[in-house]
Amino acid sequence: MDIFFFLLFALIAVVCAINLIVQKHPISSALSLIGVMGSIAVLYLLLGAEFIAMAQLIVYAGAVMVLFIFVIMLLNAGSEAKGGRSWTAQLFGIPVMVAFFGVIAFFLIREFSNAGFVKFGSFTGGSVEKVGMALFTDYLLPFEVTSVLILIAIIGAVVLARKELD
Amino acid sequence: MPEGFDQVRTMIGQGVPVSWYLILSAILFSLGVAGFVFRRNVITVFMCIELMLNAVNLSFITFANQHKQVSGQIFTFFVMVVAAAEAAVGLAIILTVFRNRQTLNIDEIDSLKN
Repeated sequence: MDIFFFLLFALIAVVCAINLIVQKHPISSALSLIGVMGSIAVLYLLLGAEFIAMAQLIVYAGAVMVLFIFVIMLLNAGSEAKGGRSWTAQLFGIPVMVAFFGVIAFFLIREFSNAGFVKFGSFTGGSVEKVGMALFTDYLLPFEVTSVLILIAIIGAVVLARKELD
Repeated sequence: MPEGFDQVRTMIGQGVPVSWYLILSAILFSLGVAGFVFRRNVITVFMCIELMLNAVNLSFITFANQHKQVSGQIFTFFVMVVAAAEAAVGLAIILTVFRNRQTLNIDEIDSLKN
């Protein structure tokens, strides 16, 4: 059963990711990215990370993608202009990317082919209680620093996107 | 045929190999790199960065499951926070650039080139 769900949502994620990089219009790419994030959230659930799965749906598929779509609509971004790509990119692009993936996959298979199995329900350390416990004991300082980072990001975004008053 | 049948059944009972999750993560990361390199729309390039971050998060969660520790999930949490902050600032920069130059094509935004 695990394998069935893994294959289904892995397939959805890969198809959506391919759609993301071949679509010409940014809105189509954004909707594909939401598909990728949703299926990755399901994979998180299969891996026993309940809290992170929900955070993925709310923060990524919700907040961040709404921000993206909002900006695309605000800028009225049309389809991408065609052509102008250099011949080296056209010739070597896809082979180089396949080779890049091949190198990563080679090392992954060599190192992790006997790394065991992921079984749904075998790991229950991802509940809100466990994550919160770790977050507020072992990782308290990074957590607090993160809040400062978010504050700086908010101020930076406001300053950058402000209308000039001159 | 019953032998193969039993093999498939035990494999289904065992669950999904860890390496499959890692390979999926590698596929998504490679697609993100490809989009990052070959697309020219600034917003699409930005979305490819988010795709790469998601791929890395998936491998973090996989390792958290493999080692039965919650630390990997905490790291994913921090990556998510940084990605959210990055999206807010990055989109603000894109807004400002578009307001000044009326273009989203990364080939035309080359003031630093010469």
